[in-house]
Amino acid sequence: MMDFSPVGAFRFWQRNLLIFRKTFAFTVPENFLEPVLYLLALGLGLGAYLREIQGLPYVAFVATGLAASAAMFGATFECTYNAYVQFYYDRSYDAIVTTPLSAEDVAVGEVLWGATRSVIYGTAFLLVVALFGVVRSPWALTLPGVFFVSGVVFSAVALAFTALTPSIDLFTYYFSLWITPMFMFSGIFFPLDALPGWVQTAAWFTPLYHVVRATRALAFGSPAVAVPDLVWLAVVAVAFLPLPAVLLRRRLVQ
Amino acid sequence: MALVEAEELVKRFGNLVAVDGISFQVQEGECYGFLGPNGAGKTTTMRMICCTARPTAGVLRVFGLDVPRHARAIKRQLGVVHQAVTLDDALTVRENLVVYGRYFDLTWEEARRRADELLTFAELEARADDRVSKLSGGMQRRLMIARALMANPRLLVLDEPTTGLDPQARHALWDRLRQLKRAGVTQILTTHYMEEAEHLCDRVAIVDHGRIVAEGPPRELVERYVGREVVELQVAGDGALAGAVAEQAAGLAEGFEVAGDRVFLHTRDGEELLHRVRALRLPLEAVVLRRATLEDVFLRLTGRRLRE
Ligand SMILES: Nc1ncnc2c1ncn2[C@@H]1O[C@H](COP(=O)(O)OP(=O)(O)O)[C@@H](O)[C@H]1O
Ligand SMILES: [Mg+2]
Repeated sequence: MMDFSPVGAFRFWQRNLLIFRKTFAFTVPENFLEPVLYLLALGLGLGAYLREIQGLPYVAFVATGLAASAAMFGATFECTYNAYVQFYYDRSYDAIVTTPLSAEDVAVGEVLWGATRSVIYGTAFLLVVALFGVVRSPWALTLPGVFFVSGVVFSAVALAFTALTPSIDLFTYYFSLWITPMFMFSGIFFPLDALPGWVQTAAWFTPLYHVVRATRALAFGSPAVAVPDLVWLAVVAVAFLPLPAVLLRRRLVQ
Repeated sequence: MALVEAEELVKRFGNLVAVDGISFQVQEGECYGFLGPNGAGKTTTMRMICCTARPTAGVLRVFGLDVPRHARAIKRQLGVVHQAVTLDDALTVRENLVVYGRYFDLTWEEARRRADELLTFAELEARADDRVSKLSGGMQRRLMIARALMANPRLLVLDEPTTGLDPQARHALWDRLRQLKRAGVTQILTTHYMEEAEHLCDRVAIVDHGRIVAEGPPRELVERYVGREVVELQVAGDGALAGAVAEQAAGLAEGFEVAGDRVFLHTRDGEELLHRVRALRLPLEAVVLRRATLEDVFLRLTGRRLRE
């Protein structure tokens, strides 16, 4: 039995926004400084030797990939550690499901908030790298929308894991076995062409690969290239959104 | 009108029967209590009323609406104080109230105004801008009550509202709850403190192992099952003699219970009984005459004490 209200989800989203306004300073290092460090180390350090990849300056190649991963980390931290603390330690979710809000409202509100964080961090990073001339096309203006849709995917998967995990310690596995491999093998730092075919096939089934491709294509003005990736992300976002709602209801309403 | 009606209500978790066929009604304007030890099924019953646990069998209606089918409509008129502290630690005291009001569709302005009123009610004005983790246990509990009142609920549900508080904080909380009752707010609360049930509740259900073993106004229950007074005998030594002492003294009383090294004699005339017990010259460490309480009723009906 599903019980979802868009207004309820919006109220929960608003709550998270209020909390974020008070705490965002603490999220800047992991969500913003880290990709900047990667950009400086690889884009400038390695870029000094490796001038071009796929016809793009290496720093621009890496910067667009890192914008996509900043969006991924924004959603993922929100729906793993943040959600877990509120769920298990603060027990805020237990309190909220005795108000008119349902478990589904909480799940969807949390996913939409995670997606919002994707937009915030992905866009902020993009604005900074745009100063270095990395963004070349007005199509880049559509990227916040891309970050939102992909944020829904990353948030839904992360929140589903949070609803299932018996312990906060298991998040290290979530990161080591899922987030980090995606980060390394989604074409952020190098194209996958040179790797064995099965790596490319595996990458196709992970979301970050598509976000990286779409981000790069739109930032450099080839929207047609991005279309299959955007379709992939939209379909998976819609398909996965109900998953955390079902799992969270099971945890909150017995 | 009955705000809550339960008929043969059952809740099982797998093989475990948490609530085992209870029936009760809570009338508008009254304070109804569930008194019982840990594990009796009190929280589970409250959770079913709040629509966060689905009944396995039986009927449960809140405001005349079926649980859990009309969960949203029921929860809109409910104020809930959970057994655990469930405040948002990232938010201040005032923000906790305002955000909660928004879940009930209060406008920001209404929510802020209501929060100010309730900060006064809870005597937390001075702490309004502190984070909740800085509050004492008693203050957090008062904040939880204030939060539950944000949307003017028709029914206030309190799950062990004073457990873990020191006596002073407990009395401060009782004052608030009595004040609300005078204002006409219907309350349903659980507790394992018999003093709390006697102080606050118009009617109590004594629960044990998921069942209601007795129900009624506290004084009436005490009268019915125990009488007016209790002479409490503390047997000398390690309590091995308690059975023998009880046997000798039992004839003098209207009823008796044995728990560990203590014997409780039930009577309507304590002075007289005290006199006659002393005359027996039993091996006793202490003899006390006191008013009979719900604790005595619980012991009488279940053979156990409320808190062991
Ligand atoms: N979610 C649950 N899953 C399994 N067992 C539960 C759950 N909640 C409560 N119980 C069990 O149900 C019984 C009643 O618990 P509870 O309603 O919390 O009692 P009380 O509030 O009176 O202490 C206990 O044996 C408890 O362990
Ligand atoms: Mg309990």
